[in-house]
Amino acid sequence: MQTKELQDIASQVRRDIVRMVHGCQSGHPGGSLGCTDVIVGLYFQQMKINNRKGKGGFLTFNMDATNEDLFFLSNGHISPVFYSVLAHRGYFDKAELSTFRKINSRLQGHPTTHEHLPGIRIASGSLGQGMSVAIGAALAKRLNGEKTTVYCLMGDGEQQEGQVWEAAQAAPHHKLDNLVGIIDLNGQQIDGPTEKVMSNRDLKAKYKAFGWNVMEIKDGNDMEQVVTGLRKAKRLLGKGQPVMILLKTEMGAGVDFMMGSHKWHGVAPNNEQLAAALAQLPETLGDYEVN
Amino acid sequence: MTKYPFTEKKDTRSGFGAGMTELGRTNPNVVTLCADLVGSLKIDTFIKENPERFIQCGIAEANMIGVAAGLTIGGKIPFATTFANFGSSRVYDQIRQSVAYSDKNVKIAVSHAGLTLGEDGATHQILEDLAMMRSLPNMTVINPCDFNQTKAATIAAAKHEGPVYLRFGRPVVPVFTSPDQKFEIGKAWMVSEGKDVSIFATGHLVWEAIQACEILEAQGISAEIVNIHTIKPLDEKAILKSVRKTKCVVSCEEHQMNGGLGDAIAQTLAKNFLAPQEYVAVDNSFGESGTPAQLMEKYGLNAATIVEKALKVIARKG
Repeated sequence: MQTKELQDIASQVRRDIVRMVHGCQSGHPGGSLGCTDVIVGLYFQQMKINNRKGKGGFLTFNMDATNEDLFFLSNGHISPVFYSVLAHRGYFDKAELSTFRKINSRLQGHPTTHEHLPGIRIASGSLGQGMSVAIGAALAKRLNGEKTTVYCLMGDGEQQEGQVWEAAQAAPHHKLDNLVGIIDLNGQQIDGPTEKVMSNRDLKAKYKAFGWNVMEIKDGNDMEQVVTGLRKAKRLLGKGQPVMILLKTEMGAGVDFMMGSHKWHGVAPNNEQLAAALAQLPETLGDYEVN
Repeated sequence: MTKYPFTEKKDTRSGFGAGMTELGRTNPNVVTLCADLVGSLKIDTFIKENPERFIQCGIAEANMIGVAAGLTIGGKIPFATTFANFGSSRVYDQIRQSVAYSDKNVKIAVSHAGLTLGEDGATHQILEDLAMMRSLPNMTVINPCDFNQTKAATIAAAKHEGPVYLRFGRPVVPVFTSPDQKFEIGKAWMVSEGKDVSIFATGHLVWEAIQACEILEAQGISAEIVNIHTIKPLDEKAILKSVRKTKCVVSCEEHQMNGGLGDAIAQTLAKNFLAPQEYVAVDNSFGESGTPAQLMEKYGLNAATIVEKALKVIARKG
């Protein structure tokens, strides 16, 4: 897929994110906007996914993901971007995005398998658990003799959880070279800049010391850099080590007044703010309809 | 009463190990994880025969639960093993989100549950795990009573689709159930029929209940013993059938009084058929160091206490 096509998808996903969060007046737009480019890059370019269509013309979903690449979202609060990408990728009707965080919806505040939404393979939201699950899935793929890749996205604030470091030591120990971790380095968390709340210090040095092959994507909101970086990560696999991508992003990327501050971590825009945000994001694939 | 002669004593954790050995030979999808307690969990044979299907997780239980959840996504049947303390309260949130809420086919198989862990003391003697686990939607909770039943329960857990918490213990206890028993999850086992009082027991307390029944019989009291090996789903039908006959209950478990088997039974009775109930359980306290037998006596988890509670509850019948 051309970079321009991916950028168009990302623009529509960003529109979806602000509309979803506005629609229920809750949710997390900041991190969702910041991670839009990498999740679009994964699902529309990098990952090998079963493209067979089934009922209603939607992708057939196999929980075991046999011979498919896998993605786990550990920082589950950025569910709006995940749901929008899954809908555009063809897992379910994008009109369903309008049900986000509302009663009787499959699009829960944080992702869950409980409501059987195609594309979701684990519940996440209580932070720090996703990488452990990704390790298990990567071990299963190795046991099954598959050559596929497992990806896991975490937040930088999430690195404060102890379980993250249990997982960080386990993956290199088991020589999981079919596993790519991605840390969204936006430097912000609910209570303020990550540096002030609880400094991560040098994540590159930390992961290197734990035995990961660490690489960086300097601008995680530049689709060209994202796609190139994901390709590079794939090339680094198969050499006895897991790969960790440090992905520098801007919280709120794409909406100027949401950028550069932790204030839009978990706040919904009002009507005027929504209009101002949408004015900056071209409608490329058509907005989802509100039921 | 039905007699249960026994010729040997074995630990229930060895029953688990024997079950895993069999599963290793018969089910290629079974994978075992352990957090640095291989010897205690008796899984050496499984590991020796299936080294590629064993995942050493080190002393990092939270990660182990997540890894187990991930393994199911590739069609594996993971048994995550450690001490009951570290496989329940230490990792409750991991079990809640990544296993129970995500409805993953993970088996959490834990040893050294309860006071009979012994000398290590209260830090390691989990007495709250049944309460925590039975409160989780999607979770099946099993606490077998001897070597043979634990082996059978282990094999049944692998066949069951969905999360299972399988709890067993450290000390050697009489082997009195059949080696070729059919273990059905959620189906209580009638140990001995009687008419004056229903004794519902789980885990190590089943043998104590059998001994109590003999003492009661000598006093002319006919006690019915039902083994509730599956705490959840609870066999309400078997419980109500027994209580409708005897009109009173003694519940027996190596667990806190709050939230365990006794409370599960009380809930069933409150909803269906009111009857007086006495608890043989730890009464809102932590354990301490000591031999298993000393601890079971001090905290009232033995045949003598069951007899005392049975006499008390019979006296309470209207």
